[in-house]
Order: sequence, then structure tokens, then C-alpha cells
Amino acid sequence: MNKPAFTTYETAWCPGCGNFSILETLTEVLNQLETPPHQVVLVGGIGQAAKTNQYLTANGFSGLHGRSLPAAVAIKIANDDLTVIVNTGDGDSYGEGGNHFLHNIRRNVDITHFVHDNQIYGLTKGQPSPTSDPCDLAHKTSTCNMGAAFNPLLIAIAAGATFVARSFSGDKTHLAQIMTAAIRHPGYALVDILQPCVSFNKTNTFAYYKQRVKPLDDAYDPTNKLAAIEKAMAFGDTIPIGILYQEQAPTYAEKRPELFDTVPLIDKHVPLSDIQALINSYI
Amino acid sequence: MYNLLLGGAAGDGIETMSGLLEKMLKQSGCHLFTIRDFMSRVRGGHNFTQIRFGNQPLHAHRDTLDGIFAIDETTYQEHQPQLSYDGFILCDESLSIDDFRAIKLPLKAIATKLGNSKVISSVATGALLKLFNIPLDHTADIIKADLRADLAEINISALKMGYDLVDSNYDFPLTQTSEHLLVSGNTAIGLGAVAAGLRFYSAYPMSPSTSLLDFFNAHSRTMAIAVEQAEDEIAAINMAIGASYAGAPAMTGTSGGGFSLMVEALGFTGIAEIPLVTVDVQRPGPATGFPTRTEQSDLKFVISASQGEFPRMVIALRDHADCFYQTARSLALAKKYQLPVILLSDQYLADSTTTIPILDASEIVHFNEPEPPATTPDQPYQRYALTENGISPLSIPGKSQALVRVDSDEHDEWGQITESASLRNQMVEKRMNKLEGLKAELLEPEFWGADHCQSLLIGFGSTSGAIKEAVDILNQEQQNYGALIFGDIYPLPTERLQHFADQVVDIINVEQNATGQLAALIREETLICCKHSILKYDGRQLSVDDILTGIKNLKGGF
Repeated sequence: MNKPAFTTYETAWCPGCGNFSILETLTEVLNQLETPPHQVVLVGGIGQAAKTNQYLTANGFSGLHGRSLPAAVAIKIANDDLTVIVNTGDGDSYGEGGNHFLHNIRRNVDITHFVHDNQIYGLTKGQPSPTSDPCDLAHKTSTCNMGAAFNPLLIAIAAGATFVARSFSGDKTHLAQIMTAAIRHPGYALVDILQPCVSFNKTNTFAYYKQRVKPLDDAYDPTNKLAAIEKAMAFGDTIPIGILYQEQAPTYAEKRPELFDTVPLIDKHVPLSDIQALINSYI
Repeated sequence: MYNLLLGGAAGDGIETMSGLLEKMLKQSGCHLFTIRDFMSRVRGGHNFTQIRFGNQPLHAHRDTLDGIFAIDETTYQEHQPQLSYDGFILCDESLSIDDFRAIKLPLKAIATKLGNSKVISSVATGALLKLFNIPLDHTADIIKADLRADLAEINISALKMGYDLVDSNYDFPLTQTSEHLLVSGNTAIGLGAVAAGLRFYSAYPMSPSTSLLDFFNAHSRTMAIAVEQAEDEIAAINMAIGASYAGAPAMTGTSGGGFSLMVEALGFTGIAEIPLVTVDVQRPGPATGFPTRTEQSDLKFVISASQGEFPRMVIALRDHADCFYQTARSLALAKKYQLPVILLSDQYLADSTTTIPILDASEIVHFNEPEPPATTPDQPYQRYALTENGISPLSIPGKSQALVRVDSDEHDEWGQITESASLRNQMVEKRMNKLEGLKAELLEPEFWGADHCQSLLIGFGSTSGAIKEAVDILNQEQQNYGALIFGDIYPLPTERLQHFADQVVDIINVEQNATGQLAALIREETLICCKHSILKYDGRQLSVDDILTGIKNLKGGF
């Protein structure tokens, strides 16, 4: 392959953070794809995971907390030639950005959303996130959820997502497979990536995930929505990983062929005579 | 110059009737200026439009009416105090209106005879045209263009029968308006954006900005504009920012409430230096306020919105031509200086329609980005290269080998997060330096009136037409009045203001808000104080008459 390689910069993450293996895997995956770095836009919001785009040689968009998805879909809408990948955390994606999460599933713009889900707020030093485990009332901790835990995969499937997967930062081979499939999926692809937060999450540790994650059987049919919902609800002693649900549905651009053809929106040009004709229609 | 009011409940068809009547007047050779006053409801209540027309260009509404078409008694009761002594009230014969000026006609009976009670407004339109001696020449075509074939036929019959009901009472020479457009403020903004090459518009519906979203949706395909109705205003502005980063000229539009949600992202465009135009079509606030009414009370908000400090530009739109040309200019300036530009409009301007000379798309000046320097592996692209004028060469992702990194954090030249004190200083100074170039391009406020005036009126935005007309009337007696009307308002251009402030005896700020926000801005920037204020904040636009009354009260009579 004759293209510049994706490489990484020095990071500001804690030693042992699950983000390292996600960054390494993502770099490998991008190097396997045909797309050169200048055709890839890595988008992030705010948080430790959202810094991923700062550490990889590609185009980078570090936006506002919770607002990575609206920016990412618009980048793709503006220039369909770009490969747009969001890396950001559970707080950014499901907390601050919850409304955008729901509605960008419905839009089905062809972007990929990697949620580095460590079930904790890391950058703000250890508050519960929407996906933190619910509190055991007898042994409450400072990082448990007094409310119910947010189930991103269940909600994504229910909202009509066309690609819903889970993987684990501790299984790089699995993660690479899922990442590749997600990037190749036409439409919005969500991958919730379990990762330990070594500094603040003392419950959902590397060992915790390692013991529980279980790849889906080869016989599992990811096109069966009801089965997918059932798998999405399983989060306990066993945590299924893999592509829980996938369907082929028209993307945002495919639903608007009059505007999205082979010429990206940014390269489109409307003749002056057409513009003047529109103005003159108000005579 | 005549002033006609059409009133009824929401759902009575007043809006449709006004739209058709406006077109008929315009095609017959009238200039016009129409305002729409409606309640925040779908049916019932009291709505009206006021159509001012004649053979001279018009730039504002007036309060005194020459005629009222009343669908109901409420319309008569609400507006008869505005009706001149020799004016008329046109209504159905069944209405209990006891007024010597009433012209009661069998409107309902004719509509019933034609088999459709809704054509009552066409019968009335016919009678109104006849009263003003406007020929029926263009009317059938206008109705056919707007209505379904079967409905068109019956409405054309209704119009003719109405025409035959009365004799002409007014006569004035018609002019030629075929070289004129009939547009609302929001339509003119939309046309300006199209002419400037807009490729992306995202918004959440909010009165009185919603018709912008509708406009772009209607022309999305032919004008190659991606239009996205966002889940909220936060998404709307962040989408526009993403599209702009990717190289699409982008805009978002809202009213004050939605702008409040956009504030953090506005600061993001400031620090990340992403070109963006945001339209704030103002309505009375705070919070939900008066959803369908007008005010100019967001000025101080939009010039200071967001935490932190960054350069921005605010342009107040003064009239319909401004809506077109300044919207196009704002997109070019946003791109040239890589900063947010905010357009301030309001419900009055957004919803009012008027005749203006044809807008010329070829007059629009586009900003063509200079080619950024080539990047090599040894010299990667610096999105935030430190330059003398503060403007860093702009690349867009995917169009070259350059890797384009933008950041809401403070960053270095390459767009990487930094916590360096010296870089922070350099980046803040670089961003603020862009204002020097921008200030050199500012347009001074428009001056209107007598050059050697002793009293100076100061205003901004949509009160322009009323202020100018008031000055003309005041100067009929003594050439003593002038006005400065700001379009570019932030950064505040001060040269012309300083000139007149040195000359005049008193300055009077005329504003559609309760606190005199323009006067406060001028005081802050120049230490020039306005001696008197004429302020209005009841949600109804300052009229020529309001200004004349205000002056009279200030000066104790002429």
C-alpha cells in the first residue's frame, strides 16, 4: 500500500489506561484501510477519550463537550469523500451529548462512533457516568449510579441504529475486527468499547471486564433485532461483545440523491444565472 | 400613499388574502410596505396585516389608516381609533358596526351564491381594488399561479363580483414596478446567502426565524444547499461549525432563545477560528417573551455572548436590501477573517414585505481564499500559523496533504492542545489582531437628513425606515434634524458619529428596547452620551408616528 502511514504522538493519558490499546488498534486499523490520513477526519468532544484525535496523524476536530456528533455528521454531509470517525467517552456521548446521540442514530449519516466506555468520568476525576453500575445500597461508593444505568446499545437498537457493537480494549484482535466492520458499514455505526479507567474506576477493572466479556457465537444472527435487544440487555456476569445488530438501510446521503451524488457538496457550484432566476421569481 | 388594514381571526384567510392583494397591487404598479401582526396561535384570536401602498418607494408602516377590511367586529373595535375621518370600513352587511364610514356589502351572500363561503375574501379584494381604481388586468393570472385550478376559477368570479359592487373612490397615478421584487426580510436574507454560495444551513424552528429554514428547504435541491433541521439549537450551530470546517459556507438561524443555547459554540468558533454566520431574528424576551412580535433587545447580548474573549462582528440589518447584501457580505467576512459574524434582524423586518429594486447576484463580492502554503512531512500544515494580521492560511480537510486540526482548547500553531503561557499570549493576540483589518472595512452608519442639523437621531437595524421618514417630516418645517442609522454595529464604527456629535446640540437614541442598548454601547465605546431616548418595548414596531410624538414630547411641541 503506497500511502503515508498513520502514526501517533505522545499522549497525556495515565499509564495503564485502556485508551492506549484503543489508539494502537485504531492506528493499525487505519493503516489497513485504503484511505490516506488526509482523507480521514477524527472528531472528538471533551474528555480523556476525546483526546484521541490529538494523538494520531489525521485531520482532527476537537469540539465541545457532548457536541462531537453534530459536527461529525455535518463534516460528512459537507464532504462525502471524507472518512469521519468519532472517538469520545461515555460522558460526552451519552451524558452531555445524549440528545445528539438519539437523533444522529435517526439520521444514519455514514460516520463511525467509537465510545471509549470506562463507566466513569475520568478527566474530572471520578464522578459516576451514565453507564456506571447502579449502586448497591448496602455498599454505596462515590462512583456508582444512584439512578439506573444507561444502556447505550439497547437504546441505539431501539432508536433504529443500523450498526451496534461492543468490544473490549483488552482484546485487540476483536477490537480491530469490530472497528474495521464499523468503519466499512454504510451509515451510522456505534461501537461501545469497554475500557478500564485505572485511576478512578475501582469496580469495572481490567480483570472485571476480562472475566466477563464473551464474544458472540459464530451462529449469532446480527440481523435479528429481537435477539439483538436481548443481547443488549445482558450486562452482568457475562457481557456479550461483537456486532449485536446490523442492517442495511439507506444512509442520509442515499435518501437525498438529488443533493448527494459523485460531487461532494463543497465542490458544487450553482450558475449565477440560476441564482438570478430565483431572485427574479419574486418580481 | 394609502394605508389599508385587513383583520380577522387566525384561520380566517387574512394572510392568504393579503399575499394575493399585495401581488395584485405590485403588478398594477404600486410600491408597498406590509407588516404582519399575528398571535402565537393557529386558530382564533385577532390577526391583521397592514398594507401601505402608493406610487413612491416605502420603507416603513404608518399608524393612521385610510381603510379597514374587517372580517369581524373585533377588527373594527381594535382599529377604528386609527382610522382617518374620511377613511372607510369595508365589511359584510351582517356585521353590527355602527359607523358612518362603513361600506357594508353582501360579501357572504355572494360567496354563498358561488358555493364556497371562503371566497368572501376574494369578493372583498375585488371591492378594495375598485375603491382604489386598480385595474383587474393581472388579477386572474396571480390567482391562477397561487391557487388550485378549481379554486382559482371561483375566486376569479368572486373578485369580479366584488369589483362590481362599489364605485371608485380614490384615484392616483400608478407607477412602474416591474423592475422591483416583492420580498420579506427573511426571504431577502435567504437570497443573499444563496448568492454568496451558501452550502449548509442548520436550524431548529423558532419564530420569527422559521421562514428562513422553510426558504432553504424549498431551494435546497436547486441551490445545492444541505439543510438540516437539528434536534436543538446546540446541534444546529455545532453542525454549521462542522460543515464550515469541512469547507462549506455555513449559516445557522434562530431567535434569542435559541441563540442563548448556541452561546458556548459561538465561543468555539472564536477560539477555533471557524467562519460562521449566525442570524438572530429578534423577538421580545426574556425566555419565551412575545413569540410572534418584535424587539431590538439582543444587541448587548450578542456582542458579549460566550465566556472568554475573541473577535466577532455584528451587523444590524436595516431594510430588505440590507438583508440581501449584508448577508452575502457577512459570509465573505466570516471566511476572510475566520470568525463568527452575527446578523441581527427582528420580527418586523423578517415578516414585513416590500417592493425593492431587483437584487443583483453579480454584485456580490466573494472572498477567494488564497492558496495555503504547501505542506511537507517536515513542515506539517499550521492551521494557526502566527501571522502579522492574525489571519492564518486556511486549508480544508481532504483537499491537500495538509492535516487540518482545529481545537476548542487553547492550542499551538498545529492545533495541538497547549498549556504554555507564552503560546496563550501569542494566540490571544493573534486572534484579536484580526480586528484591526476588520475595523478598516467597517461601514459607517448611514446619515439621513440635514447636514448642518442640530438634533441627531441615532438608531440601528429595522427602525431605519421609520427614523428616515420621521426626519424628512421634521425637516419640512426647519432643516434641523439628522439621523445616523447603524448597520455595522460591532465593532462600532465611530468616525461619522464623532463628527456629528461635535456638531449637534442634542442626540436622541431611538430604539426598540427598554434600556437604550445602543446608547449604552456608544457611551462605552466613545464617551458620547445621548441626551434623550425614544424607546418602545411593547412588541409593536416603532412607527414614524411614534417617533414624531416622542420628539414632540421631548421638545415640548415644535
